[in-house]
Amino acid sequence: MGTTEAKAKEIRVNIIEMIGDLGIGHIGGCLSLAELLAVLYYEVMQVDPANPRWEGRDRLVCSKGHAGPALYAVLAMKGYFPRENLFTLNRSGTNYPSHCDRVRTPGIDMTTGSLGQGLSAAVGMAAGLKVKKNPATVYCIIGDGESQEGQIWEAAMFAAAQRLDNLVAFTDYNRMQIDGTTDEINSLDPLDERWSAFGWNVYGVDGHDVAELRQAIRAAKVTSGKPSMIVMNTIKGRGASFSEGKLGSHNMSVTKEMAAEAIAALQ
Amino acid sequence: MLEEEEMRVVYSRVLQEMAREDERIVVLDADLMKPNGIVPFGNEFPERTFDVGVAEANMMGIAAGLSNEGLIPFATTFTPFASRRSFDQFFISNAYAGLNVKAVGTDPGLTAELNGGTHMGFEDVGMMRMVPGCTVVEPADNEALRQLLPQVASEYGPAYVRLVRKKTHKVFDDQTSLVLGRACMLRDGGDVTLICTGIMVQPTLDAASRLASKGVAARVLNIHTVKPIDEEAILAAARDTGALVSVENHNVVNGLGSAIADVLSVSRPTPLRKIGVQDRFGEVGMMDYLLKAFNMTAEDIEAAALEAMRLRDG
Repeated sequence: MGTTEAKAKEIRVNIIEMIGDLGIGHIGGCLSLAELLAVLYYEVMQVDPANPRWEGRDRLVCSKGHAGPALYAVLAMKGYFPRENLFTLNRSGTNYPSHCDRVRTPGIDMTTGSLGQGLSAAVGMAAGLKVKKNPATVYCIIGDGESQEGQIWEAAMFAAAQRLDNLVAFTDYNRMQIDGTTDEINSLDPLDERWSAFGWNVYGVDGHDVAELRQAIRAAKVTSGKPSMIVMNTIKGRGASFSEGKLGSHNMSVTKEMAAEAIAALQ
Repeated sequence: MLEEEEMRVVYSRVLQEMAREDERIVVLDADLMKPNGIVPFGNEFPERTFDVGVAEANMMGIAAGLSNEGLIPFATTFTPFASRRSFDQFFISNAYAGLNVKAVGTDPGLTAELNGGTHMGFEDVGMMRMVPGCTVVEPADNEALRQLLPQVASEYGPAYVRLVRKKTHKVFDDQTSLVLGRACMLRDGGDVTLICTGIMVQPTLDAASRLASKGVAARVLNIHTVKPIDEEAILAAARDTGALVSVENHNVVNGLGSAIADVLSVSRPTPLRKIGVQDRFGEVGMMDYLLKAFNMTAEDIEAAALEAMRLRDG
């Protein structure tokens, strides 16, 4: 196992332990992001954990705001805050709420949670960086169910029209949403063709394959004149038998025993 | 007396003046740059202008992103689209996120005239009052806009500015100093207080003249900042006159009148009559017709003042 794969596993362990400690959480859509966050934070993004608002940093907007715990997992590993803070998740007075909050949490670049809004913010940030002639990149993670929001496509259209090549977005295409599979509820296919038709540079990858993610992000970063969409085929709840590939994993109860068992299995 | 220039001309000019001094000023619109008069801004600062097309929610979200990069966005469109249409984006991506977007709604209320009910925002002030920490401003004329817009820009936090596009009546000269959050007394009087905002200032001054001819001395306060509201001026008026009338180009539900009632009911219960849109939808028409149809003329204000005084006097 490579270093980045090991980091992905550590992110998973943190997510499961944190949500298991609390007893409930959006574990499915957190676990499906582990490899992506490992690649972004350990190979790709220029960040300074000691200075979370460093002007030169690459930005990340997690538009699927309910994946907050996945980001907290990797931010703690990077040293933005002590690991024990993870165990204040969603407890009274916490700075680690279930949905991403730029005001409360060091290292969170944008507040999200009302689905569909994060991509517009990422477009604004990418446009703002161009105004400031700042060469940083904005990364944005979108949910598949979230892509049923019209605002996603408004933002997609404008990002291409503005030729925002400093914007790289990902769709966590685990094909599940709260009420069922995306195919049952409101199908997104052909998702890659839809993004292409909106003028984006599109890649399809196995979202749990670090090498494929790495390669697609590198290619996206050298693309000029277009924003890039990396459609990640993922498995919701990946890495814990109680959640992997299960519809109920969107927001589920997790006992400490379930968490311990899953962590032992991972290791 | 009517202004010489349309308010939208002044809006663009003030934005340009601010942008020359402050490189953080950026402007967004949703395919209404021409009607909103901000093409000159776009010509002078093309890289700081974003016309996103007909997509107001996206505009508000992009504005939040620009703010997140330290810029100061003025996101402009017609009143209902700057509030109703993009409210969750303003609320979550901007205000809740601790950002600094200034939403600007033009053609407020009756001034939408021939665009009719679909374009007549009577609820925008109420919605924006409900956003924690949001400043809500409605300049009455060009001088007020000139003075208040830079104050809105320099104060960090979400704000909503309500602007007429066309010519308003001239209310202020450049000797008057307007301060965000402070009411401005346009006329003093001890019998009743008329508190007005936006385009309703002129009919209110006319009502005060009518009352004066009947021996009633009306105080006239212009409240350009509906939030945070000038509690001191309202309570002083309640103490000095004991009878108040609010006058607004907005639904009387949750607008200026309600904001005043919030202050009075907690600190000094005082009779208040509310002139404005009586909880109904808009319709097409020109201003003269609409003011009559919605019972918002100087005569209506005068009658409300006398009624408030009767309430006070039991």
